[in-house]
Amino acid sequence: MTQPNRITGGLIDRAQTLNFQFDGTSFQGHAGDTLASALLANGVRLMGRSFKYHRPRGPLTAGSEEPNALVELRSGGRREPNTRATTVELFDGLEARSQNRWPSLAFDVMGVNDLLSPFFAAGFYYKTFMWPKAFWEKFYEPMIRRAAGLGSLTGEPDPDSYDKGFLHCDLLIIGAGPSGLSAALTAGRAGARVILADEDFRPGGRLNAETFILGDEAGAHWAAMVTEELRSLPNVRLMTRTTVIGAFDHGIFGALERVSDHIAAPEAGKPRQILWRIYAKRSLLCAGATERSIAFQNNDRPGIMLASALRSYVNRWAALPGQSVAVFTNNDDGLRTATDLIAKGVRVAAVIDSRSDGPNVQGTELFRGASVVDAAGRQGIRAVTVRLADGTRRTIECDALGVSGGWNPNIHLTCHQRGRPRWDADLAAFVPSEPPVGMTVCGAANGVFSTSAALRSGAEMAVTVLSDLDLTGTIPDLPKAEDAATRISPLWHVPDGGGRAWLDQQNDVTVKDVKLAHQEGYRSVEHLKRYTTLGMATDQGKNSNLGGLAIMAELTGKTIAETGTTIYRPPYTPVPIAAFAGRSTGKEFRPTRLTPSHKWAAEQGAVFVEVGMWLRAQWFPKPGETHWRQSVDREVLATRKSVGICDVTTLGKIDVQGTDAAEFLNRIYANAFGKLAVGKVRYGLMLREDGMVMDDGTTARLAEDHFVTTTTTANAVGVYRHMEFCRQCLWPDLDVQIISTTEAWAQFSVAGPSARNLLRKIVDPEHNISNEAFPYMACGEITICGGLRARLFRISFSGELAYEIAVPTRYGDGLIRAMVAAGQEFDAVVYGTEALGVMRIEKGHAAGNELNGTTTALNLGMAGMISKKKDSIGSVLSEREGLNQPDALNLVGFRPLDRSATIVTGSHFMKSEDEANARNDQGYMTSVAYSPNLGHYVGLGLLKSGRSRIGEKLRAVNPLANSETEVEVVSAHFIDPEGERLRG
Amino acid sequence: MAEHRLKAVTALGGTEPRIDSFDVLTISENAEMALASLACRNGRQAEFLKQGKKLLGCDLPEAGAIAGKGVVKAIWIGPDQWFVEAPFETHEDIARHLAAAFSGTASVTEQTDAWVRFDIEGPATGSVFERLCALDVGRMASGSAARTAIEHLGCFVLCREAGIRYTVLGPRSGAASLHHALMTAARSVL
Repeated sequence: MTQPNRITGGLIDRAQTLNFQFDGTSFQGHAGDTLASALLANGVRLMGRSFKYHRPRGPLTAGSEEPNALVELRSGGRREPNTRATTVELFDGLEARSQNRWPSLAFDVMGVNDLLSPFFAAGFYYKTFMWPKAFWEKFYEPMIRRAAGLGSLTGEPDPDSYDKGFLHCDLLIIGAGPSGLSAALTAGRAGARVILADEDFRPGGRLNAETFILGDEAGAHWAAMVTEELRSLPNVRLMTRTTVIGAFDHGIFGALERVSDHIAAPEAGKPRQILWRIYAKRSLLCAGATERSIAFQNNDRPGIMLASALRSYVNRWAALPGQSVAVFTNNDDGLRTATDLIAKGVRVAAVIDSRSDGPNVQGTELFRGASVVDAAGRQGIRAVTVRLADGTRRTIECDALGVSGGWNPNIHLTCHQRGRPRWDADLAAFVPSEPPVGMTVCGAANGVFSTSAALRSGAEMAVTVLSDLDLTGTIPDLPKAEDAATRISPLWHVPDGGGRAWLDQQNDVTVKDVKLAHQEGYRSVEHLKRYTTLGMATDQGKNSNLGGLAIMAELTGKTIAETGTTIYRPPYTPVPIAAFAGRSTGKEFRPTRLTPSHKWAAEQGAVFVEVGMWLRAQWFPKPGETHWRQSVDREVLATRKSVGICDVTTLGKIDVQGTDAAEFLNRIYANAFGKLAVGKVRYGLMLREDGMVMDDGTTARLAEDHFVTTTTTANAVGVYRHMEFCRQCLWPDLDVQIISTTEAWAQFSVAGPSARNLLRKIVDPEHNISNEAFPYMACGEITICGGLRARLFRISFSGELAYEIAVPTRYGDGLIRAMVAAGQEFDAVVYGTEALGVMRIEKGHAAGNELNGTTTALNLGMAGMISKKKDSIGSVLSEREGLNQPDALNLVGFRPLDRSATIVTGSHFMKSEDEANARNDQGYMTSVAYSPNLGHYVGLGLLKSGRSRIGEKLRAVNPLANSETEVEVVSAHFIDPEGERLRG
Repeated sequence: MAEHRLKAVTALGGTEPRIDSFDVLTISENAEMALASLACRNGRQAEFLKQGKKLLGCDLPEAGAIAGKGVVKAIWIGPDQWFVEAPFETHEDIARHLAAAFSGTASVTEQTDAWVRFDIEGPATGSVFERLCALDVGRMASGSAARTAIEHLGCFVLCREAGIRYTVLGPRSGAASLHHALMTAARSVL
């Protein structure tokens, strides 16, 4: 297979021929090619359709700033839309498709949009589709959304993985062009810890694309030699295929490394990409510059590209964009394209220099003081119309046109922290003026355009930065290189002709759109951007910004400096969402915490529920049970009848020690702990500073200066953090030390009338756990199973005679197995969180549904717990008048009048005669369970003046669940209101 | 400790610690160390430090360091706060032992089973840590310690031998997730 436009030379490996497909057609290219260079070598210019008007487009650039040649790569779950053909490294078997066209790239039905363009001018959606009003949401907007956008995903899961990582360095050098390489060489030789990152797969920047000689070497060869030395230095990390996407606070940079994008699929276990966070003491921005275009009528024809890109394709990739090339420039650099091509024997049809005093070019026709005013050839340029210096017009046949409007330094990263660039009139470009702290800008990114000056700039800046880091750098022997001055005469657009001249080819913004924005008053650059979409999205102004705002400056009669520029934002180039997600996908989205009895529970077929990051057993189905309620009812009934065991390890445990530990708890909790006896447990209520309930739990006093306090599962971290804050910041004078022991102990609740009998088989006989020796709310350190240290607490959440027993976590699995075996004779069950919830509702204990951040101790019936004999957090503000109104919400119980009826959590209470609305709202149902002991549903809820309304009948209305049930207000204690069972 | 009837399981749920070997890296679950936290009581610093020296055979380590002449080592974990590690076989009751030794000058809390310990060994450890945490592990000196987040979990990274041997302490309940993260990073790098 031939590659008709492949010429000799270039930096490709002709020994490696690679097969690839574009829109189903097979082509060949070589290692070192990009998709764009390989397609051009094969004579394919048309690579995409534009965003809005579906105009045929070819590549404008040869790099990551490409607005047009956006393709879909790969297939199935690996399909990736909007990939720039100009940066896609060719590999064998690559599949690419054009996008945003139907049925084919050459014939696209939506191309009709181009004919309808008068209707699609900037901001058209603000003006059209106004009638009929109802059509907007249901018809117009969906229609526009369907028409908009470029490529699409398959919707299949991405089979590849993405890593995140962290790197540290003394010096991050962004860009491996002339200045970056000379800086890296200087810093690397000085022993600094250097990271040199470049988005290309071949370091060298423009040196690979130009015919420059450095010393006696070709520029690309010099770059390769320096690269080799850098690779040999252990203190230098050379990261190719790595784009630094953003400059963040404190010297932190984001970088995307494309580890496996250049091969068909990643190796097993290896990531496709890595999103790095780089911590750099100093950074050097050596990001080079981007050439800009000149707007003229139909300047978006396939085959029209930036002059430097044309040069890149010819010099680096030996791919001719056309057989007869013209060049349109306003500066000397653009002329290089003509001279390079002529030197290679390529026919250069003409050079059109907008300046009247530009240098001479041999070997082609040169038109000074002339401009290209139009281009012909819908699917690929055929000819350009040139307005000559004398005003006459001439048509020049060509199938490629290189355009150079000058160069814009790549200042993007200097603006990521709102640094405003400065306009340099000599360069006709914005240059950096306020880079982030620690960043220095070198080379073309700083407006230093000659190769010689760029090399020197990199080395000199490196020496300066090294001295900041207490290192000594020496400027290396730099080769003699091209040192031409920048000679440019700004030209932003050619006003001839009535057609459209494109400024932003990615977002289909024309000169006319900028004029319209001006006419309609959107004159600030920020308004211009939003109104026309100029420089938005992934372009981030790389190609388009300056042209647009220069035209706005002309229209408003201001200078470009006065007009200013919009701010560049990260990421520098698009980053896949998958890279931001990293490994946090699916089941690995967050870590999972497993309880000590997890393995045993899984063996029993337990159904698990996520509680925060914990996986807890929700219930344990037995053979024959087909509905969860059967399992839960059984677990509840068996526990209340004999004994049930539940893993309660997830509750937070905090070890509080010190001579002032009791005083500390006195201040943390609303109720008093000072007089709690050693060997006793007390329920504690913790308030926030604003008087609302924060958390609750039990605290056991193991010694005079040693307490173990428990928290709810949900608040374990929050309460610990709160206590650390209080200890360190509020009361550093108190002698108190705290540490979390949640994970250190496996803790099980053993509840039910036979709990003690079961435990007697576990607890070593020297420990007396009779009701007299170990009464309700006792605690102690004991031994079990023949000498294992353990802790026993006589506390009850279910309302039954109950204990919590704790052992070092490694023995938790052994203990659950031992207790299940010991419990067989008592028909013991192991119960899950559902049964736990049912029993606490039956008992009227508040839990997370009631401790919801909006309730007070008064609401929960615990106002009396707030001790007034001492000060504690929240005590004062709990007395606020608004929180103590006579009609304050009170926690009460509810049962359906029709005992077979269901009640629903979240229902609001209405009086029988009232309409159901917010004004008549009497409160709401917080918790509901089916009580197998009572044989009907029971609920807990917060009701205005609830405690004085026992016996009243209300409606529990839930418009969301479309339910309404008549309920009776009852005591919240459905089971054993006197508490006889738990003291038994 | 007395012989009792309950069998221990490791944090990963096995009866034996799990060991995963790659060509140039080994990730070993280590269940053989006892751990306790040791915090100085207010106003008792002189006695406390004296006792610390007796325990370790050297001064208690400064911020970010590990110290100990024998099998008992202390790891600085916060102002006036250390972890003390020692072999589980001989020191299962480490907390009781320390509490007695520091009699009233320190608050001691058993931490043995609050943590899962993975020992990571081999010349590629630095590259693996790059995919795991924000710590500059490559620059950690032998005998240094730092806190960091790995897989969203609050962990300690202890450098036993720079560039070669490290220990990760992570919350025991998250052992499986942490192990998964370590293995994934290792496979990704090696």
